[in-house]
Amino acid sequence: MGNRSVVPFGPQHPVLPEPIHLDLVLEDEKVVDAIPSIGFIHRGLEKLVDKKDFNEMVYVAERICGICSFGHGFGYCDAVEHIMNIEVPKRADYLRTIFFELSRMHSHILWLGLMADAFGFESLFMDSWRVREKILDMFEAATGGRVIFSIVKIGGMRRDVPNEMLREFLKSLDDIERDLEIIIRTFLNDRAVKGRLCGVGVLTPEQVEELGCCGPYLRGSGIRRDTRKLGYAAYDDIEFDIVTSNDCDTYGRSYVRAMEVLQSISIIRQAIAKIPDGPVDTVVKGFPNGEYMTRIEQPRGEACFYVKASGKKFIDRLRVRTPTFANIPALTQTLRGCDLADVPILVLAIDPCISCTER
Amino acid sequence: MESILKEISEETLLNEAQAIRAEGYRLIQICATTVKEGGYEILYSFGKGYDEMSIRFHTDGKKPVQSISHIFSPAWLYENEIHDLFGLDVCDMVLDFRGGLYRTSVKAPFAHKEEETK
Repeated sequence: MGNRSVVPFGPQHPVLPEPIHLDLVLEDEKVVDAIPSIGFIHRGLEKLVDKKDFNEMVYVAERICGICSFGHGFGYCDAVEHIMNIEVPKRADYLRTIFFELSRMHSHILWLGLMADAFGFESLFMDSWRVREKILDMFEAATGGRVIFSIVKIGGMRRDVPNEMLREFLKSLDDIERDLEIIIRTFLNDRAVKGRLCGVGVLTPEQVEELGCCGPYLRGSGIRRDTRKLGYAAYDDIEFDIVTSNDCDTYGRSYVRAMEVLQSISIIRQAIAKIPDGPVDTVVKGFPNGEYMTRIEQPRGEACFYVKASGKKFIDRLRVRTPTFANIPALTQTLRGCDLADVPILVLAIDPCISCTER
Repeated sequence: MESILKEISEETLLNEAQAIRAEGYRLIQICATTVKEGGYEILYSFGKGYDEMSIRFHTDGKKPVQSISHIFSPAWLYENEIHDLFGLDVCDMVLDFRGGLYRTSVKAPFAHKEEETK
């Protein structure tokens, strides 16, 4: 047995945009155990159901995360709409799908940049984030916001996006696709990048299922499961395949995220081609009474929104199970047996969002 | 997608969890909810493919809840969360943070307090 020592990793670390702490038990340069510690930024947002009524909670849900804020707002609205039997207008469903996929694109591109930064490929990082800016510009044009959009509401969308603007989106997507092809080609084929990602953090399909993983982390080990196939919003009307990789390592997870960005462009194009005219919201009467759990596919994986209400202005419970939360047990598993130098790569491989996790 | 919810008793939790595991389900989430009349509901959601199965029981919170982390390994994270936010004791967790998962300024902030006026 080599020299055993405990190395603290985080909560402040160059690769961590948000605080998570790991106690890494090392034998020489090998990690033999990793104990995660979170809770540095727990905000207790779920507890705000006591203070904010069921309509105001949409704004709270959006603020769970600054990257996938739209999805959180949507997930909460979808659960309440199921409880209240609200039928959302078709145009709103399509707009929700478009915003969902734009969110997925900018989240994955942000991650590609962060990963490039983690293994020291600065120009790839800058290129990725340059492209991401164009998506944030689209958000700003449609909603006025680049991080929090406040466009989704119970019963539909708060405002419409004109068809002319959607056509402008198509032109922007053409530009983004051209830029992305260069970035993704480098990300997936560069010898130095592959050297840092291939064979690192291997999890078999059986292991990812056992550990309760979700999202690209799950599909990177060959499991074909994507909650969008449940058909919420307009996904029932859109043709898309589930992107998977049989590499079962960090490269496989990167491949899934890279291909999903391109797939999102295809989904948005289909949605814009099929979007019907008409209203974007419906009148909501009364208060929710009942319970429902919505499962949606956020960029980082499956998110669950459990809402329980008893016919009052204030709901009784909102519980959000975020994808990063589900992937933390798998992270500790991949860290066991890895080299100390691979720890930052493996932490980033789950695309950690600690704000989501701690809510 | 199929979705089933089954109400169970606290005593049968481990047997139910084992049976669900044997059917090939994975753990999706565990959620505690305060019940206005007193005590807590604990909801366990499991998935197989896109299908969903949930079990739920009511506890008064006076005696520890049994951990299912030796049946579904990721359960320790959810159970530690329930302990820290609701103040419910969970016994036999495979990884027990003993109240140190979340750093909350208020102990068990989601637990029952004096009746709040809504």
